[in-house]
Amino acid sequence: MIHSLFLVNASGDIFLEKHWKSVVSRSVCDYFFEAQERATEPENVPPVIPTPHHYLISVLRHRIYFVAVIQSEVPPLFVIEFLHRVVDTFQDYFGVCTEAAIKDNVVVVYELLEEMLDNGFPLATESNILKELIKPPTILRTMVNTITGSTNVGEQLPTGQLSVVPWRRTGVKYTNNEAYFDVVEEIDAIIDKSGSTITAEIQGVIDACVKLTGMPDLTLSFMNPRLLDDVSFHPCVRFKRWEAERILSFIPPDGNFRLLSYHVSSQNLVAIPVYVKHNISFREGSSQGRFDLTLGPKQTMGKAVESVLVSSQLPRGVLNANLNPSQGTYTFDPVTKMLTWDVGKINPQKLPSLKGTMSLQAGASKPDENPTINIQLKIQQMAISGLKVNRLDMYGEKYKPFKGIKYMTKAGKFQVRT
Amino acid sequence: MTDSKYFTTTKKGEIFELKAELNSDKKEKKKEAVKKVIASMTVGKDVSALFPDVVNCMQTDNLELKKLVYLYLMNYAKSQPDMAIMAVNTFVKDCEDPNPLIRALAVRTMGCIRVDKITEYLCEPLRKCLKDEDPYVRKTAAVCVAKLHDINAQLVEDQGFLDTLKDLISDSNPMVVANAVAALSEIAESHPNSNLLDLNPQTINKLLTALNECTEWGQIFILDCLANYTPRDDRESQSICERVTPRLSHANSAVVLSAVKVLMKFMEMLPKDLDYYGTLLKKLAPPLVTLLSAEPELQYVALRNINLIVQRRPEILKHEMKVFFVKYNDPIYVKLEKLDIMIRLASQANIAQVLAELKEYATEVDVDFVRKAVRAIGRCAIKVEQSAERCVSTLLDLIQTKVNYVVQEAIVVIKDIFRKYPNKYESVIATLCENLDSLDEPEARAAMIWIVGEYAERIDNADELLESFLEGFHDESTQVQLQLLTAIVKLFLKKPTETQELVQQVLSLATQDSDNPDLRDRGYIYWRLLSTDPVAAKEVVLAEKPLISEETDLIEPTLLEELICHIGTLASVYHKPPSAFVEGSRGVQHKRLPGSAGSGESESQDTGSAAGVTEAPPAVIPSQGDLLGDLLNLDLTPPTTTGPPPPSSGMQMGAMDLLGGGLDSLLGGDLGGSPAMGAGFSAPTAAMPASFNAPVSGGLDDLFDLGGGVGLPMGAYTPPKTIWLPAMKAKGLEISGTFVRRAGVIQMEMTLTNKAMSVMTDFAIQFNRNSFGLAPAGPLQVLTPLSPNQSIEVALPLSTVGPVMKMEPLNNLQVAVKNNIDVFYFSCQYPISMLFVEDGKMERQVFLATWKDIPNDNESQFQIKDCHLNSDAASNKLQGSNIFTIAKRTVEGQDMLYQSMKLTNSIWVLAELRVQAGNPNYTVCLKCRAAEVSQGVFQCYEAVLKN
Repeated sequence: MIHSLFLVNASGDIFLEKHWKSVVSRSVCDYFFEAQERATEPENVPPVIPTPHHYLISVLRHRIYFVAVIQSEVPPLFVIEFLHRVVDTFQDYFGVCTEAAIKDNVVVVYELLEEMLDNGFPLATESNILKELIKPPTILRTMVNTITGSTNVGEQLPTGQLSVVPWRRTGVKYTNNEAYFDVVEEIDAIIDKSGSTITAEIQGVIDACVKLTGMPDLTLSFMNPRLLDDVSFHPCVRFKRWEAERILSFIPPDGNFRLLSYHVSSQNLVAIPVYVKHNISFREGSSQGRFDLTLGPKQTMGKAVESVLVSSQLPRGVLNANLNPSQGTYTFDPVTKMLTWDVGKINPQKLPSLKGTMSLQAGASKPDENPTINIQLKIQQMAISGLKVNRLDMYGEKYKPFKGIKYMTKAGKFQVRT
Repeated sequence: MTDSKYFTTTKKGEIFELKAELNSDKKEKKKEAVKKVIASMTVGKDVSALFPDVVNCMQTDNLELKKLVYLYLMNYAKSQPDMAIMAVNTFVKDCEDPNPLIRALAVRTMGCIRVDKITEYLCEPLRKCLKDEDPYVRKTAAVCVAKLHDINAQLVEDQGFLDTLKDLISDSNPMVVANAVAALSEIAESHPNSNLLDLNPQTINKLLTALNECTEWGQIFILDCLANYTPRDDRESQSICERVTPRLSHANSAVVLSAVKVLMKFMEMLPKDLDYYGTLLKKLAPPLVTLLSAEPELQYVALRNINLIVQRRPEILKHEMKVFFVKYNDPIYVKLEKLDIMIRLASQANIAQVLAELKEYATEVDVDFVRKAVRAIGRCAIKVEQSAERCVSTLLDLIQTKVNYVVQEAIVVIKDIFRKYPNKYESVIATLCENLDSLDEPEARAAMIWIVGEYAERIDNADELLESFLEGFHDESTQVQLQLLTAIVKLFLKKPTETQELVQQVLSLATQDSDNPDLRDRGYIYWRLLSTDPVAAKEVVLAEKPLISEETDLIEPTLLEELICHIGTLASVYHKPPSAFVEGSRGVQHKRLPGSAGSGESESQDTGSAAGVTEAPPAVIPSQGDLLGDLLNLDLTPPTTTGPPPPSSGMQMGAMDLLGGGLDSLLGGDLGGSPAMGAGFSAPTAAMPASFNAPVSGGLDDLFDLGGGVGLPMGAYTPPKTIWLPAMKAKGLEISGTFVRRAGVIQMEMTLTNKAMSVMTDFAIQFNRNSFGLAPAGPLQVLTPLSPNQSIEVALPLSTVGPVMKMEPLNNLQVAVKNNIDVFYFSCQYPISMLFVEDGKMERQVFLATWKDIPNDNESQFQIKDCHLNSDAASNKLQGSNIFTIAKRTVEGQDMLYQSMKLTNSIWVLAELRVQAGNPNYTVCLKCRAAEVSQGVFQCYEAVLKN
């Protein structure tokens, strides 16, 4: 199982280590540093690195490498999933997961890691349970603790860990009972030069924020559950009921959680919300290149396309870009050659465009590669797959909760080739 | 107020200061001090000097302080074992605390203190905690057993903790079950053969029930454990699959992949025509695709596994090509894996799309990726024949870009395409030649030279081109030099008139001016060939080359099967069996896919029940009753011909008429009373007797002996003689013997000893029907009467055209020997290697096809222990016994010998022999359509290799 964990920052320093079995010398990380040096980009460090006696499995999150050391045959996904859980927990506790935040809360971090893993076996990874064991630091609590001498550590047995619903803590009480669900969809797409879709798929999630008293039992039904043929559920969802009736039935954890994630595959027709007209060209022998980009809404069902951000990695030979946006602002970083255009909202009457010239290094030959355009966007109140919640009911408790459902579409890895 | 303040102690005497604070009366100050100590510890500072002071803080009812002290203890107990003892009492006390949280915490921490002295004290509290009323404590204690086992395995066994742990598998709480499984799995890893996780339908049922209710991590442990189970039949297999499938919808990708492993493995047992089989296949695709939308690290592991899955069952993902298309900001390790899978999924249906993508990738920035993309185009051409033309034109387009590394890579793959489709795309050679000057990488240069040499007759200026390379001959890498040498020799053979000078030049460069032995030797060989026999040289150098195929980059089927059983593990990421890299390879068992139901066994059952004799003991057969009947039943005779008859005709041959008399005379009147005989032996007892001692076939015998004497350089293995018939049971006649194969003839060599008081005469021999139709090819040659205390050596040639009946064991032979005193029966076993014929060497291609063709459940694997031969010596030795090595591969220091042998009845046996340098244990993998022979063949391997 997992032997040790090292946290390594971007400059290659180990700033925290934790061992669950015997101590593994930090020199084991030298193999990791070697791989890090070889990698051209920070994210290119291979996730599994063999060393003579151990294996290093790492993830990169928030510019921190979480390097787990294992010795025997352990499923790598198990380790990676666990590391993600560590990151999520830190973020949950400290708001951000940065080197500074971790150092600021090092004792809590240590206590958390101790609770999450025992001898390499996961112990408590549910945020609900952890919070019962170790209270998250807040300014107020820290002050109170300093004055009264009480601690962050809960005195109670984490009751939830043993019940049939280990994800929910007991004795939950709220004055305002509310349940909010966000249906968020991301479109991953590759659009080719001519504007036709090579591949497009939707990654959707339903995130919930449930603050309900007692042990509520919820059911959520959809207008068009057929869309959901590839789903991953939170453990609280009763799978049998879904199989039989296509209804989500569950006792929710308390607070924020991801109820389900789903995937609408490339075999279904996926609506593409924007189109891009582009002309990025270089002429042989000239030190100038043309840059011409226009965006327009495509299949948006009448909803506005907002927070549009266009970015593109221009060829290495480009020295500078002199462009003129019809709206928004653009920046060009001459070192990384990254062009970013913050468009904002697309007005269908007056399509946003970015036109101008790029200057090349004098005497340099025409660049070989074609830049790819990356697009981010948001569309409120619409799930692009067409998924719609039909109704939400609550059983098991008497009060009437306040319910809300929000839809949102975003661009995930939305790439246009030129 | 944050914890960073704990890091900011730069004052002198830090330790001293902390010590003072730790001993403070104020609780608050104590806690702060412990926090500071922990903080220093986390960043690697040595604060072990404070051990006694910190331990003193342990006696507290403040839970946080207690935990902090525990943290400290775990870290430093090892370096301060004597001090750690001081803490023991508190632990023992805490283990009886009314609060289960504290009980669990105490037992958990104690397990983490890796000090021998402490472990002794741990046993009692642990035993209590394993039976604690609170499941939280029980599940913590279960893990603690694994910890303790790691420190002191013997102690755990002596204390009987393993049994308690096994009991916990039946616990009512799913979390306890999961942890018990996890602990047992970990312990089992260091005890490969202990049957710790004894899986039977009842435990499986319990595990499946717990699976639904435990945490995601517990599900992983349980699923991994389930994967080790082999269901009894397809029904059970299906029911497990049904209960595991819901796990495919879990949010935790590790759970999903472990479930995929279980399903991939158990699916093997399901009949393919079952509806459920199809449903299951369909259900596997979406979760695998979903894994690809996760974080890149997860994607990487998933992709490595998908790579295995698509090789085993391409149908699962055949429609999902698009999800493997590369996004430009994927990390490089994801990009490269996706490319691999794209090629594996490429088919006629989607090739156009794939090619368009690959062409797009070839213009990207990342050099490694671009190179691999270009290579991928070449692999597509080789894989999908219909696309070859399009691939070639795509490659030509890419060559036009003149991007140096793209051009070079393209030329390397075009060479491969030429080798797959000879005489088809040579028109592009001109374009290739244009880029000759830009090639600076050895591989590309070598490829180009190969092309020029191979097609020298179509390239007008081939000699000039090659000459230009020759100028800097000594600066080239060996690869290029070798290639250049061969190419020029080819050129010379094709255009001898104008290139004489060139070939002389290269030969002298290679043989005289080079230090490289490979190059020099090749040069000399060509030189001699050309000078002695140019025609032979032409045949050698310009011989037709075998076509290459896409299989070259597939994982070997046996390895693939093993890897499928390891889906989700490190083995699946490295595509190597765990034995190849797991530390010390302890506890590594080769896993295999279960065979599918309902095939393979039928034959053995039929024959088994038909033959009443099969249960006969291998020793002497009691001489009476129905056994006799069987033994003497009609087809008993030695056919008089010794020519090589068609092996399958054994049956008819046996039915020939000659026997009646032979039998009669053989058995004489002694058996007259036996009723079983009556019918079969009514034939007249005329002429035959004389022929028994007739010298006619004596000459034959001599011939055989001669043949044996000349022998092969590496003789076939001959087992030593053993006593078949002890004198006590045969009225003074003792027979010992063995079997040999000499010059293609099987002989039974016997020593007959007369231990009785009277002379023995009139020897004769007969065989019962047997598995391979062995029968004496001539009468038993005992020419002189055997006087008391005299021995005689006899060699009896055998044919394999006698009547066939399956025996148990397969190589059992029941023999009747007659002399003037009585008829005696005995049975003996012959080594199956006697039956390996001389033309048992299979064609490589045929071998590959056959290997794949034979169903996997006909495969069996054996270990040969303590064999200290290297693979070549082993191969030589085996060849002496007509086990032929067809090919040899070396993977990771392991030699894989692919061998074939043919039995006299035309049964082919294919084998894979794995020899690891320095490891005396060989592994033999046998595949044969008649799986029953495997055991016998294995015995031969063992016998041959060890003698």
